[in-house]
Amino acid sequence: MLKRRHNDGKVVTITVDGETVEARAGESVAAAVLAHTEGATRTTPVSGAPRAPYCMMGVCFECLMEIDGQPNRQGCMVRVTDGMSVRRQQGARDMETSS
Amino acid sequence: MSAAEFDMVIVGAGPAGIAAAHEAVNVGLTVCVVDEQDAPGGQIYRDVERVAMERAHDLDVLGADYKYGFGLVDGLHASKVKHFAGHTVWQIERDGTVWCSDGNKAKCIKGRRVMLATGAMERPVPVPGWTLPGVMTAGAAQILMKSAGMVPSGPIAICGSGPLLLLIADQLVRAGANIAVLAETTTFADYVRAAPHLLRALKAFDYLQKGMAMRRRIKAAGVKIVSGISALEVVGSEKAEGVSFKAGAKTHRIDASTVLLHQGVVPNTQATRQLRLEHLWHAQQHYWYPKTGRHGSTEAAAIYIAGDGAGINGARAAEAAGRLTALEVACSLDAISRENFDLKAAPWQSELDHHQAVRPLLDAMFRPPAEILNPPNDSTIVCRCEEVTAGDIREAARLGAPGPNQLKAFLRAGMGPCQGRMCGLTVTEVLAAAHGTSPAQIGAYRIRPPLKPLSLAELADMEAGDSDVTLGSPSSGP
Ligand code: FES
Repeated sequence: MLKRRHNDGKVVTITVDGETVEARAGESVAAAVLAHTEGATRTTPVSGAPRAPYCMMGVCFECLMEIDGQPNRQGCMVRVTDGMSVRRQQGARDMETSS
Repeated sequence: MSAAEFDMVIVGAGPAGIAAAHEAVNVGLTVCVVDEQDAPGGQIYRDVERVAMERAHDLDVLGADYKYGFGLVDGLHASKVKHFAGHTVWQIERDGTVWCSDGNKAKCIKGRRVMLATGAMERPVPVPGWTLPGVMTAGAAQILMKSAGMVPSGPIAICGSGPLLLLIADQLVRAGANIAVLAETTTFADYVRAAPHLLRALKAFDYLQKGMAMRRRIKAAGVKIVSGISALEVVGSEKAEGVSFKAGAKTHRIDASTVLLHQGVVPNTQATRQLRLEHLWHAQQHYWYPKTGRHGSTEAAAIYIAGDGAGINGARAAEAAGRLTALEVACSLDAISRENFDLKAAPWQSELDHHQAVRPLLDAMFRPPAEILNPPNDSTIVCRCEEVTAGDIREAARLGAPGPNQLKAFLRAGMGPCQGRMCGLTVTEVLAAAHGTSPAQIGAYRIRPPLKPLSLAELADMEAGDSDVTLGSPSSGP
């Protein structure tokens, strides 16, 4: 679990799985969620194992979350905005990629 | 829509990319920088402008080397450089065509020359329990300090080796974090092996001095430091609860709610692989790097590479290399003469030499341990996405999988969302050991576009005239 060292910055309000959570403008979604919860931010499609952000720089894809209705967004690459809705992902979500 | 055209398209806005952009604009080239992040700086100077404006007190925590980035980044907005921030590159072609997307809409940009400055990533550290929530890379903790002013609530176990490990431990100490242990895999033998390089490294005495000062500060802060550790494991079932490791004859078990792993950084080769450029194996540091010629040129005439993406040398070396590559590009486009090049390049070349002087020492001192390269425990997860273990890979090798690409068919390893970024190096090492050959012989995953998952909506939103876009088109290889 993460803690903010200070309370500078504009407060923005997001929801995480429906629960209202305060975050600071400029933080990534992954950071804001980790400052709010301990433990898993998703479970894996293969075995349902708990996972959480690992690299915070866009390479591991462990931070996949549903952001404003869009599944499989990289939470570490998106900054929070006021009113944003974030959901933790359970198991497989269709990647809807063109690959 | 016809693709926007530039003399030079630079992928990545870290030190190499920004420095190259400045240099190229100065000699009259039209330049575009495409970067995945919405603010320039790369990982090393991540969010440095925001920190300087909004949380200046964090500059003291992050230190002078981070603050230095502000000067580099600052000029970018005022310059004539076109900066596509928040744009993820998903395909590059050898003729200089770069496909990217801002998350809503795909774009095509054309460069007469393209310079890749995609930097480094931390080497994945596959130890038992490394997939548990609460485990992050040490670099991730640093990014959280830079981009959010956050630290793990602790207790924190910091485990591994490398110059960055010390730096991040030092920064966490200054940020007042609760560090339970700094456990280094570096052994006495590593220091002995590194000693012959000391003389050359003395040319970069500033680096050595900084390293020693960091160590002193961490110790002075009362942090428990254990060196020469092995058999590292993260303990816990649903989340990290601590670490265990051996040091000498003793087994340690230390409680921690956050475990930070680090074993140095390696070039991020996704883009250079997708371009089918030749890659070489760094035998000492156990990573792949693209083969480059004079000042970052490659076998593809339009493609250049600078910075850590071409081989790890650190941020200041990347900056000098970026400038040299920009001048080389300018020369190749006849924007400057060779004589003019020599004149302009000389100071950057000596700057580069200075920052490279310490590298042989660091490379010899901080070698990733064998148990990280080829996890001895069969149940250790190697491919995090598809949950493929070291034992699965060894079994597939026994059943005849000769290399990483065949392994995809056997096990789906490397076929998840991260596209092999997290398991590629380990898969190569495990297969090499299983077949009794070298990593260089085994090779690496073939990387196909898109480099990052792309939604159909992003593609569909391309303007008319872009409909000829084909992923993995013939020009980028099979
Ligand atoms: S935490 Fe690794 S990609 Fe987001």
